[in-house]
Amino acid sequence: MIAESATSRHAGPRALTRTGRWVRGVAGLAILAAASEVVGRAGIVDRDFLPPASAIVARAAVLGGDTAFLSDLWTTIRSWAIGLAIAVGGAVPLGVLLGSVPVLNTAVRAIVEFLRPIPSVALIPLVSLILGTGTRTEVTLIVYAAAWPVLFNTIYGLQDVDPVAKETVRAYGFSGFAVIRLVSLPSAAPFIATGVRLAAAIALILAVGTEILSGFGDGLGVFIAQAQQSVDGTTDVLAGTLWAGALGLVINLLLVRGERRLFRWHFARAEGR
Amino acid sequence: MRAVVRAGGRHRYGLGPVTAALHRWAAPAVAVVCWEIGARAEGSPYFPPPTRIVARMYHLWFSGPVSHVFLTGDATGNVLPSLARMAAGLTISVVAGVAIGLALGRSERVFAYLDPAFQFARAIPPPTLVPVFIALFELGTQMQLASIVFSAIWPVLLNAADGARSVDPLQMDTARVFKLPARDRVLSIIFPSALPKIFAGVRLSLSLSLILMVFSELLPGTANGIGFELTDAQSRSDLPTMWAAIVLLGILGYVLNSLLLAVERRVLAWHRASRATGV
Repeated sequence: MIAESATSRHAGPRALTRTGRWVRGVAGLAILAAASEVVGRAGIVDRDFLPPASAIVARAAVLGGDTAFLSDLWTTIRSWAIGLAIAVGGAVPLGVLLGSVPVLNTAVRAIVEFLRPIPSVALIPLVSLILGTGTRTEVTLIVYAAAWPVLFNTIYGLQDVDPVAKETVRAYGFSGFAVIRLVSLPSAAPFIATGVRLAAAIALILAVGTEILSGFGDGLGVFIAQAQQSVDGTTDVLAGTLWAGALGLVINLLLVRGERRLFRWHFARAEGR
Repeated sequence: MRAVVRAGGRHRYGLGPVTAALHRWAAPAVAVVCWEIGARAEGSPYFPPPTRIVARMYHLWFSGPVSHVFLTGDATGNVLPSLARMAAGLTISVVAGVAIGLALGRSERVFAYLDPAFQFARAIPPPTLVPVFIALFELGTQMQLASIVFSAIWPVLLNAADGARSVDPLQMDTARVFKLPARDRVLSIIFPSALPKIFAGVRLSLSLSLILMVFSELLPGTANGIGFELTDAQSRSDLPTMWAAIVLLGILGYVLNSLLLAVERRVLAWHRASRATGV
């Protein structure tokens, strides 16, 4: 959901190697963990408030073997996946439609520009009231929030298609649908993929957010919310957050890898420009 | 993402300004009218007609005395504290993010130590942080500010670092030859050339801080704010008020984003002009 870091660092003589960067990264994490350990153990902060890093990591590891926690985690991942799939399945065709029919695009865009600035977490109480708490509410909210980036990137990708390629295919007598299938969609695919990656992060925000607010049932957010309310739950809250961050990191990493692998030609072209 | 919206500009199809405006406003107008008719016919308590929502918004927030610029006690008691927290959180994020980002961006080595920690911190879905800060801080403004800052700082910080990293080496070398003091180097070379990236980061931070402002107010333990008003209305099943709060948040999001875009256009126009003349 956040802008990419630079891919083209200027290669001066001092540029770090890949290993150099890795070693420093691991060292940095170790230093941070050690610092929080010292702060936690030295009693500078109340230990109930800030558990030492080792306790949090140990608790997170224990949770990794805990079936109840894993079922919570699975519930969150399932809602996330269902919501994201529906959002992508709906937003891509809609984006293709809007991107190929200019009049429709102008009309709908104005409506969309009013809907989009509403922070989607503000809809959680309303949708919970209408649908009750549970998977249905969670998935509905995920679909709503995750559809936007996919829709916008699809429209944008379609506008970026090379007109000569489209005209060429049309000149060979192919229909409008064939032009979309053979030229527009493949050419817009890298943009759509970026939209899906943004949507994946937003879907996770809505999944965890809805669970935290509902406070009961299953889910990673429910686990964190319940831990926060129990007397000695700070370690559990932080261990759960560690898992949430890991989940976000893994999802983002997989999607970035997938994009690079599927659309190598696109990145090659973009760099050659 | 905004660039995408802008890319489909108004005059693309060769329409005159009046026709273009008609095209633009016709669909929302029709949609609102349909909603009004449908909601009145259906009579569902969950989907009140727009006129009722607007009436509720007026009654709740804008029917106050002239001396308070027509703001009601509810507006000053809930809407203003929300906005103040968001403004404070965003300001802290931007100032700290730019300062730390520019400093770290100039040293690839130091940045390499912290990069994994940054990547992890920004991968945490922000709502998760709210229970964390409820556990670590006191309830109320302190916790809410911490939640906003810890979510909104990353886009600015990482983009500022990225911008500082890609400063033209020739300019830095020139500055070194002329023995420009460090402060001037930062203010007149590094900061200006990182500005476009910083603005891109601030746009993301703005929407994140709006999200976190609302979310941190939705949890129990808050005493005021738009989010508090939402949950309070939810507990009373007061749907017109919930819709009013949602519409208000949409308007706020739209206005704040437009303001930022206007500032960005102004600042970056000056920026581009100064680049072109070689200042």
